[in-house]
Amino acid sequence: MFIINCPYCGERDQTEFSCGGEAHIERPKQPTELSDDQWAEYLFMRKNIKGVQFERWNHAHGCRKWFNMVRDTSNDKIQAVYKMGEKPPVK
Amino acid sequence: MSRNLRINKNNFIDQTTRISFKFNGQKLFGYKGDTLASALLANNIHLVGRSFKYHRPRGIMTCGSEEPNGIVQIGNDPSLTDPNVRATEIELYEGLDASSQNCWPSVNFDIGGINNFLSPLLPAGFYYKTFMWPASFWEKYEYFIRHSAGLGKAPTKSDPDIYDHQYSHCDVLVVGGGISGIISAKLSAEKGLDTILIDDKSFLGGSTIYQENECYKINSVNSNKWLSNEIESLKNYPNLLIKNRTSLAAFHGYNYLLARENLTDHLSINERKGKIRQRLWKIRAKKVIIASGSIERPLIFSNNDRPGIILSSSIKKYIDYYGVKTGENISLFTNNDSAYETAISLNKSGVKVNVIVDIRKNSESKIVKEVLDLGLKVLWESTVIETQGYKRIKSFEVMKLSDDGNNVVGNKSKYNADCLGISGGWTPMVHLFTQSGGKLKFRNDDNVFIPDQDKTPSNQISVGSCNGEFKLDEIVTKTIENLKSFLDLSKTCYDEMKINCPDEKSKRNIWLLPSDKPIGKTKPFLDFQNDSTAKDVKLALREGFKSIEHVKRYTTTGMGTDQGKLSNMHALGIIADTTGTNMGKLGTTTFRPPYTPLTFGAIVGRNVGEFFDHTRKTAIHNWHVKNNAEFENVGQWKRPWYFPKNGENMYQAVQRESKAARDSAGILDASTLGKIDIQGTDASEFLNRVYTNAWSKLEIGKCRYGLMLNEDGMVYDDGVTTRLGENHYIMTTTTGGAANVLSKLEDYLQTEWPELDVYLTTVTDQYSTISICGPNSKNIIAKIVPSLDLSDSNFPHMSFKNTKISNVNCRLMRISFTGEHSYEINIQSNYAEDLWIKCMEAGKEFNLTPYGTETMHLLRAEKGFIITGQDTDGTLTPSDLQMDWIIGKKKFDFIGKRSLYRSDTIREDRKQLVGLLTDDPKEVLEEGAQLVENINTKPVEMLGHVTSSYFSPNLNKSIALAVVKSGKKLKGKKLIVPMENKNINVTITDTVFYDKENKRLNA
Ligand SMILES: [Zn+2]
Repeated sequence: MFIINCPYCGERDQTEFSCGGEAHIERPKQPTELSDDQWAEYLFMRKNIKGVQFERWNHAHGCRKWFNMVRDTSNDKIQAVYKMGEKPPVK
Repeated sequence: MSRNLRINKNNFIDQTTRISFKFNGQKLFGYKGDTLASALLANNIHLVGRSFKYHRPRGIMTCGSEEPNGIVQIGNDPSLTDPNVRATEIELYEGLDASSQNCWPSVNFDIGGINNFLSPLLPAGFYYKTFMWPASFWEKYEYFIRHSAGLGKAPTKSDPDIYDHQYSHCDVLVVGGGISGIISAKLSAEKGLDTILIDDKSFLGGSTIYQENECYKINSVNSNKWLSNEIESLKNYPNLLIKNRTSLAAFHGYNYLLARENLTDHLSINERKGKIRQRLWKIRAKKVIIASGSIERPLIFSNNDRPGIILSSSIKKYIDYYGVKTGENISLFTNNDSAYETAISLNKSGVKVNVIVDIRKNSESKIVKEVLDLGLKVLWESTVIETQGYKRIKSFEVMKLSDDGNNVVGNKSKYNADCLGISGGWTPMVHLFTQSGGKLKFRNDDNVFIPDQDKTPSNQISVGSCNGEFKLDEIVTKTIENLKSFLDLSKTCYDEMKINCPDEKSKRNIWLLPSDKPIGKTKPFLDFQNDSTAKDVKLALREGFKSIEHVKRYTTTGMGTDQGKLSNMHALGIIADTTGTNMGKLGTTTFRPPYTPLTFGAIVGRNVGEFFDHTRKTAIHNWHVKNNAEFENVGQWKRPWYFPKNGENMYQAVQRESKAARDSAGILDASTLGKIDIQGTDASEFLNRVYTNAWSKLEIGKCRYGLMLNEDGMVYDDGVTTRLGENHYIMTTTTGGAANVLSKLEDYLQTEWPELDVYLTTVTDQYSTISICGPNSKNIIAKIVPSLDLSDSNFPHMSFKNTKISNVNCRLMRISFTGEHSYEINIQSNYAEDLWIKCMEAGKEFNLTPYGTETMHLLRAEKGFIITGQDTDGTLTPSDLQMDWIIGKKKFDFIGKRSLYRSDTIREDRKQLVGLLTDDPKEVLEEGAQLVENINTKPVEMLGHVTSSYFSPNLNKSIALAVVKSGKKLKGKKLIVPMENKNINVTITDTVFYDKENKRLNA
């Protein structure tokens, strides 16, 4: 059970948050221009890697803000937390 | 049989307080301070249970949480009885009533014991191999297996005890109150850190506290005295919280730990009344010090499981701590020095040790010398090859070991014994360390897995014997040294310690001891609880199992309630030996929480009964209760389901309510529908993007129905949204979908469209909604809001007015979910019940009838309106629902639009929503029933299923909605609904059954 440093509220227990899956998958600006395959790539394909992963999190039982988090899924170490729209501070 | 084996000297047991208890119905006595196990042993009772598979007689083998055999059922009250309790852990209390489990009909005569004689036929994987094929045989075996296998009996009635949860945040948590834990707690507290020390026993001090031996001295006093003074000194620290009888269950990441505190299990039943039984501590510690100690290993030889065969260190604890002799003719069998401590303790208490069998060539340590000086007989380089005695060990046989230890040589000698102590060395308790994510390394020297310093999660440390330090001087000095850097200490009260202890130099380890017989003729037990033997492990390897995890599951080694605390190392050792692999390479199986079993009570705490989940009630709830509503759970909401009158059943009530709503007027509490207030200059654009239809041109004061999709094109939610002002809307959602819709909309706003100026606020609880429908609804509203012009021209269908009722602001909408002329009043929730009563009074002359969710569902089904979540299941597009009219085809984009013309969503043979009429108008279909065309071609093709079904009183016939493959094209087609005892003939129809022309909306 991790402690997450919400960029708006500070450190809170994981139970206050919900995970929204992989981060930095932008909704296509012009979906109608896309082929079925391209749309499916956006819609369905997620990496779910063992290791460093970029994730979307929501402080659901707190400020309700969405933000991004870099987490090593093999040991749950959180390497960075940053606001939506910001560039990831780690590679 | 019942003899008193208690010796008189004792510091720990209060021999003035006698406690009576029962075991298998027999009345016995023990003393305050006893465990059930020590009291049984004092009464010369070793046989306490039967083993899992072969039903072999089994006795108490240990004195702690690793106990595999001494597992009992406590009490027989159907709500309080507690199965699978370790006799070695439960403290004796007045009136304790324990009985053996896993035996039938009794522990002394057990029918399952026949399995023991069949054991050559019951090898590893026997259950898999035999009972799984042919499948039909399983039914025959099942009765016998269920009856004779398995552990204790679960209570049959609900648990009346109170359980509690408590959160705690501390600087340092110390797990384990042995010598290293005590040192850790003191150092931490001395530095001023907020410290918690937990220990699963009723006393602190671990095994050192009863180590009354001149060989072990700290600062020139015996180690037990020194430790006892240290424990006393802990009282001086107000920042140190000590929790006894508290067992650590789980060590999760980020130093989040769960510990179960036993508060009343040691009290007599009368003293427990009104008290909390167990408390689950949820601890977040800045730093964790694991001082969980180590447990002694057994030795693996033929028939090593007989009652009376006990771990050597446990014999020592029974004599030194409890003052109980585990036998009167005790011998020891060992591969290390610690059994010699037991010999000295026994000797001191007047129990002569018959013989010590040691597999080593010799040992020159101080403690061994002391034993030899006492004149005790040691058989070096020897092994026990066999034991005799059914319900209690009677004798054992010894032979010399060959040089390589693979064989036995020379002649057998036989020794009588009523107790044999065994010691195979020590295993550090690394469970908690690995649970937290730590990795182990193997120390070849003494065959132990210990925490790998380099692979330890941050902010924790293992100290003492759980870290592989077994010698007293090592334990003390290394613990202090490691803590200095861990807690950042410079000088401590423990600097310059003088420690004396014997040094064990001679080591020899043989995982599976040889015998004069071939292995097939021996029974060397590994896992005592699950009855797996060394033979089983070897068989699994022969059959091709290689991974330790697979061998474990195939042989069930380590899969009992003790999680193989005693057996795992030997299983690994035998696998390594047999396959020629290094144990370090082999690795261990995974240690999973909880460390010892937790009660369900402790897990759920206070979240039982009405606290199990939140209950949401509308502001009008009390009126519904007073008027005999039956309630339905919708999410967390309690919604009136129907209002039975004069002993009506549900069907009768719903028929009456439905008829009244269409004949005159009905009233519904619709407050549970989700309400989201939407404001901002981009509110219209936002709605355009989240709904399938167009919103920009909706006039202020008008309402519109909207359908919301997931990005995959499937229908997600629906509801009516009203434009209250230029930049102000109020959206309604389904009752169950409210929270998720808000989250989803927030997600899009924050992450995909942050440029939109839109603010979302949930107002579901702030506003209550009263819906009045039916041909007389207009007359009733006219009485309540006399100032408002209700004409169709001023207040048409799908429009909204701000108004006042008794000086309270209301929002009045003319919208309909029933197809009738209908109004919805939204009012601040604290006025809602008053308004409801006012409506009822105004509606009296029109037979205004309150109705619940069931009638609402029936009325909307007559009109073919869908309920998302009932008629949809996340696999239906708007087109599948025959709702193509609601797709804004000209819109540039909306959530899910692109998915509506994927190759899969444009298929014509998708399941599509249709109406169904039964050939017999009285026959009502079951929701969920399958639809088929031809019952005779096998396999029968399932074309779809019924989603909604009712008997319509207004049409006087049965109606249903269903999803059917290619349903849109099949109007008029006959299908069959096959039921258990009949086939029902149905015809596919239009989805609208009632008032197809929508004339009643403006009636
Ligand atoms: Zn926050």
